[in-house]
Amino acid sequence: MEHIISVLVENKFGVLARVAGLFSARGYNIESLSVAPTLDPTTSMITIVTVGDDRIIEQIMKQLNKVVEVLKVVDLTETHFLDRETALIKVHTKPEHRDEAIRIADIFRAKIVDSSSTTYTVEITGDVDKVEALINLLKPLGIKELIRTGRIAISRETTRTASPRREPALLKS
Amino acid sequence: MKKTGAEIFCESLRHEGVKTVFGLPGGVVLKIFDVLCQQKDIQFILTRHEQGAAHMAEGYAKATGKAGVALVTSGPGMTNIVTGLADAYMDSVPLVAFTGQVSTDLIGNDAFQEADNVGISRPCTKHNVLVKDVNDLAQTIKEAFYIATSGRPGPVLVDIPKDVSIAKADFKYPDKVSLRGYNPTIGGNKYQIKQAAEEIMRAKKPIIYVGGGAIFSDAADELRELAEITQIPVTMTLMGLGSFPGSHPLSLGMLGMHGAYWTNMAMHHCDLLIAVGARFDDRVTGKLSEFCPEARVVHIDIDPTSIKKTFHAHIPIVGDVKTVLREMNVILRSMDGNPAEMKALKAPWMKQIDDWKKAHPLSYKQDDKVVKPQFVVEKLYELTKHEAIVATDVGQHQMFAAQYFKGNRPRTWLTSGGLGTMGFGFPAAIGAQVAFPDRLVLCITSEGSFQMNLQELVVAAEHKLPVKIVLLNNGVHGMVRQWQDLFYEGRYSASLLGKLPDFVKLADAYGILGLRAEKPGEVESVLKEGLKHKGPVLMDIHTDPFENCYPMIPAGGAQHEMMLEDPPELKLARKGGPHKRKVDEGEGVLPA
Repeated sequence: MEHIISVLVENKFGVLARVAGLFSARGYNIESLSVAPTLDPTTSMITIVTVGDDRIIEQIMKQLNKVVEVLKVVDLTETHFLDRETALIKVHTKPEHRDEAIRIADIFRAKIVDSSSTTYTVEITGDVDKVEALINLLKPLGIKELIRTGRIAISRETTRTASPRREPALLKS
Repeated sequence: MKKTGAEIFCESLRHEGVKTVFGLPGGVVLKIFDVLCQQKDIQFILTRHEQGAAHMAEGYAKATGKAGVALVTSGPGMTNIVTGLADAYMDSVPLVAFTGQVSTDLIGNDAFQEADNVGISRPCTKHNVLVKDVNDLAQTIKEAFYIATSGRPGPVLVDIPKDVSIAKADFKYPDKVSLRGYNPTIGGNKYQIKQAAEEIMRAKKPIIYVGGGAIFSDAADELRELAEITQIPVTMTLMGLGSFPGSHPLSLGMLGMHGAYWTNMAMHHCDLLIAVGARFDDRVTGKLSEFCPEARVVHIDIDPTSIKKTFHAHIPIVGDVKTVLREMNVILRSMDGNPAEMKALKAPWMKQIDDWKKAHPLSYKQDDKVVKPQFVVEKLYELTKHEAIVATDVGQHQMFAAQYFKGNRPRTWLTSGGLGTMGFGFPAAIGAQVAFPDRLVLCITSEGSFQMNLQELVVAAEHKLPVKIVLLNNGVHGMVRQWQDLFYEGRYSASLLGKLPDFVKLADAYGILGLRAEKPGEVESVLKEGLKHKGPVLMDIHTDPFENCYPMIPAGGAQHEMMLEDPPELKLARKGGPHKRKVDEGEGVLPA
C-alpha cells in the first residue's frame, strides 16, 4: 500500500543523502520525494511517497527515526491529510488543437503559463488523480515535456487530536 | 588562548578519557600527529595497515566497553578502515574513527589522496560528520563519543580537513550533549514489562535467547538473576557468548547454524522465547517460517528497528537491556513463586533438554594421526583454566571455539559476527592486550584468516604484547571447503590454499616465538610452552583439513533439521567413492 511519510530533518548537508541512502540500501522504494526548508531555517521537511506492506512501512518509520539528524517522522496515511502535486506540461498544439487545449485546461482549472506558436505550457496543481487525469487528456495532443514536483502533504487540522495507531514507545517524542 | 584544531583534537580526546589511539599517519593529518607526539597522556599505536587499526580499536572497545579510537589519513587511509567500520556497525561496537581530509578549499577537486569520506562511510556508520569549521570541532568530538557509546552502540566517523586542524579557535570542552534528533529509549514500557513477567511465570517451556546487547549494556548480573529466579535455560548467540556463564547448569551454549543439537531443539519446541538484546539474524533463525513455531515472543532491545524486523514479537519492549531486566526481576520477585517452585514447574522441560543433550552431545573423534581442531580448542580451554580473553577470526575455527571454549564472563569473547570479517581476530587480540596488558589474550585463528592481517605481528613484537596466537592450520578455507563438500559435490573451487608460508619462520622474521605441532601427541606440549612464554607466540598447529563443523543447519533449513555428521555420500567419497550430492538450486537456500 502507498504511504506518504513526512520527515522533519536538520537542515544540514548530507542529510538527504543519508535518508535516500537508507531507502536504497534496504531495498525500499521511493515513488516521489520533495524537500524544502520549513519556517524554522534550521530544519527541512522531506516528503516521501513509498510503497510497502505494514512490516516494511514499520521498518521504514523506525529506520528513519534512527537517523541522528531526523527529528520527527509522521506517516500521514495514518491520519486525515491533504496532498498536492504541481505539474508543468508542455503540449504540442497544432492550430486545430489550440482551442481544445484551452478547454481541457479550463475544465481542470489549470493555467496556461506560457505559449508559443506551436506549444502551450499548462500548470496544474491538485491531488495525484487530478494531475494524472489532465495528463491523460492532453496526451492525444502530444506532450512535448512534462515535469512534476512530487507530492507534498499536510495533515488536516480537525483530526489532529486523533491518536496514532502506532505503539508510543516506538516513536520519538 | 586560542588553540589549533590539532590541539583541540588532543585536548578533546583527553577529556573523553581516551588512553590509546590506533592508526597510521599521512599528509593531511600531519598537524594532528605533530601535536600527538608532544603529549604524554594518549598512547599512539602505529599499525602497519589501517584495517589493523580499525580492528584493534574494535578489540579494545569490545574488551573494555569504552569507545575504541582510530586515527588515519585521507583517501586510502580512510578506505582501508571501511571494513572495520562495517564490522563495528554490524556488531554494534562503539568506535570513533578520525579521518584526515584535504583542505576545505580543495574538497571536490579530486585532490591528491582525496576521497568522499562521509559519502563512503555513510551506510556503514551510525553517524558521520565532516567538520568544516574549527569552532565546531570540540562539540563534534563530544557528540561523536556520545553517539558511539549510547543507545545501540556503533561506529562514528569524524572527518577533519587539513586546514581545520591548523586553524585556531577558543577551546572549551562542552560538558553535555543535546541532540534533538537523538534520544535513545532507556526505560522500557512498564506495562509491557509487566505483561512479559506474567508470561514468564506461566510458561512451561521457556527459553532466554541472549545477544550482544546484553554485553554492551553490562547486564550479565541482571540476566543471571532472571535465569536463576525463574529457572529458565539460557542460550546465547555468537555475539552474546560470555553474557551468561557457559559452565552454568542453565546454560545451553550457542544456538543457530552451528549451535548445539539440544539448544536448537529447545528453541524449536519452546513455548516462550525471551529475546534479550538479539536481532534474529538469519544464522540464528534458519528458515523463518519454521522458526520457534509454538513460541510466544518477548523481545527486549534498545534499537526499535531490531524488533519485528525479521520475526514477530508479541511483547516488544524497547529499552536498555540492563534497565529493563532489573525492573522485570523486581516484578518477578514480587509475584508468587520461588526458585524451587519454578524449578519444579520447569522440570519436565529441563529433562527433555537433557535427553536431547544426551542423545547428541557435541563430539569429535581424536585419533593418534591427525589433530582435530576441536581437540586443540578443548585443550586450550583446560590449560587456561577457562580464564582468557579470546579473539577469533572467521570460519570453522571460530565455530569450534564458540562450541568448545565456554566463556564465563562478558567482554572476554571478541569475534566478528554480523559481517564475518576474516582478518579481524589478530588485530582485535592486540587491541584487547593493549587495554589489559596483564591478562591472558588468546587469538584462535586459521591460516586463511591470519594471512589477511599478519602485518600487525610487528606491532605485537614492538610493544611486547604477549598475545598467544593459536593458528589452526588445515591448509584450506575450511568453511568454504565444507560447503563445497556438502553442496557442490566436492569441487574445491579456490578453497585449497596450496602454497603456505612457514609460519614458524614467519614468527621468527617478526622477532616473536614460533612453535609447531603436527601430531596429536605434540599439541599439549606446544600449547603449554606457548602459554608459558612471556612474549607473543605464534603456535602453528596442523589440523585435519577434512574435519567438518557439526551440528549444521544448512542455509535456509529449519532449526530442528540439523545435520549432525557427514552425510553417507560424503563418507563414501572420503573412502574414494563418487562424490555425489544433488543440490536443489534455489530450494530454501538463503543468501549464504
